[in-house]
Amino acid sequence: MIRVLHSGMLTTIQDLGRFGFQKYGVIVSGAMDAFALKVANVLVGNRENTAALEMTLLGPSLLFEEDCLIAITGFGMTGMIDDRVVPTWRPVYVRAGSTLTFKSTTDGCRAYLAVEGGFRVPMVMNSASTYLKAAIGGYEGRALRQGDVLQMGDAVERPLIAKGTLSVMARESRFAYPNWSVSKDMLPRYQGNPVLRVIPGGQFEDFTEASRKVLLGERFEVSSRSDRMGYRLSGPSLELTEQVELISEAVTAGTVQVPSDGNPIILLADRQTIGGYPKIAQVIQADLPIIAQVRPGQRVGFELVTLDQAQRWLREQHQNINRLKASLKHLSER
Amino acid sequence: MEGCKLLDFYPLGDAAVVIRVGSEINIANHRTVMALVSYLEDHPFPGMVECVPSFTTVTAFYDVMQITYDEVIAQFKGLEDQIVTGTDESSKTVEIPVCYGGEFGPDLEAVARHNHLTPDEVIAIHTGADYLVYMIGFAPGFPYIGGMSEKIATPRLPSPRLAIPPGTVGIAGAQTGVYPIETPGGWRLIGRTPLALFRPKEHPPTLLRAGDHVRFYAITEDEYQLMLEEFSRN
Repeated sequence: MIRVLHSGMLTTIQDLGRFGFQKYGVIVSGAMDAFALKVANVLVGNRENTAALEMTLLGPSLLFEEDCLIAITGFGMTGMIDDRVVPTWRPVYVRAGSTLTFKSTTDGCRAYLAVEGGFRVPMVMNSASTYLKAAIGGYEGRALRQGDVLQMGDAVERPLIAKGTLSVMARESRFAYPNWSVSKDMLPRYQGNPVLRVIPGGQFEDFTEASRKVLLGERFEVSSRSDRMGYRLSGPSLELTEQVELISEAVTAGTVQVPSDGNPIILLADRQTIGGYPKIAQVIQADLPIIAQVRPGQRVGFELVTLDQAQRWLREQHQNINRLKASLKHLSER
Repeated sequence: MEGCKLLDFYPLGDAAVVIRVGSEINIANHRTVMALVSYLEDHPFPGMVECVPSFTTVTAFYDVMQITYDEVIAQFKGLEDQIVTGTDESSKTVEIPVCYGGEFGPDLEAVARHNHLTPDEVIAIHTGADYLVYMIGFAPGFPYIGGMSEKIATPRLPSPRLAIPPGTVGIAGAQTGVYPIETPGGWRLIGRTPLALFRPKEHPPTLLRAGDHVRFYAITEDEYQLMLEEFSRN
């Protein structure tokens, strides 16, 4: 088990989300950077959808009360044990008695911690994701607090290759890791002030030509009033050709909606199921991990792509994860 | 029973498609939406994840690893002939007890004043109608209810309250609704129900579903407390 010594700013248990209940108004939730969560899980031998920790801006401090195979992924935090950096994007064997802390970096926003077997929490509507406003899922429906104790589940798949060797290596120090990591080429193009790829939203054509140009030509600042529900952007104001009353309909992760004040909001993991604001654009799924890692105060731009390209890039991202799984399996059979 | 008209399809991002059945909020469009959702749930296309009904659209979410947008659209060819819009006779009517006024409905007096009525007249009008749940959204179990009388319509508060307790019944313009979980909100609060609208441990997890009918009836504060105890025991 793992004891929470400090909670960090917002540390919650997430998986890939709660699907199938949107018609009841139940939001999807799930990891903001689903790519990082999936890879963290794959690296410790879990299924991609296993419950892991999502840590935001200021990381927690965690005491391991048993030996544990972990993986840290994401962008923006450096894990430390005994003043030594715990490398990211690879499995790490941590010995009981170690305390893992996190230092924030200037880029990036969220890191993920997966443990072999996942965290043992009750499933609510088929998901372990924390939904803070309804106080369900995850650890008692809330963010972690000092003193919480996290239980690990049973490992579900073949243990990773290196585990035996790593446990031997870790006798010499608090933790040990293999000399490889996930290739940078496989990762989303994480960066501080990204240009996000979008396809037109349902009401793209209802915005003035000038507004459409501004959206695709200018930069917008991510406001400090941004959270898991959505990123509020400020910058040049976007206007409709004429004010029309829109009938509310479904929205999704990446939907860029524009309320009457003209400042766009990018809806993210904790978005509501239904929205009534005009939708100017839609950040493609493959770039959701990139926006999830943008910090308040940074700037984002938008670049138009086709739906066909968007779906191809998303499939490529899935295939990268499958390739990673295949190479881990290959290692485990050697 | 008649064949439905599916007006158009358009993508909601790269993993969902919106099917629009009409351009205004009315019962005919609502019935088409409900027929379409039930058809898609009974006959999901390969890769379909879930369907979300709204006033005039059904949005189908799909898994891009299994199907492309063009393939999803191809699945819808000939859909109009297969979907028959029935009546909503089979849907249930849910009776919702409400303790009106007092601390549960701090805006009841204001709603009455705004409409030149007495609080009792407001209650009589609010409880005198049959309502239809067009869709669920905004919060888990939050019903978008149609059919409230214009006689008690009242504009939203100029500035929203920070926290409205679960079960609170409100009015915003000519809409009425019930807050299932504690949220901020600008609706005029007229009463509270002891019923839980969001039930995360049950399936389905909500008291109300799109297509249900709703009637409100007045209860006293003592009845409210008794019902609350009874429901929390169950």
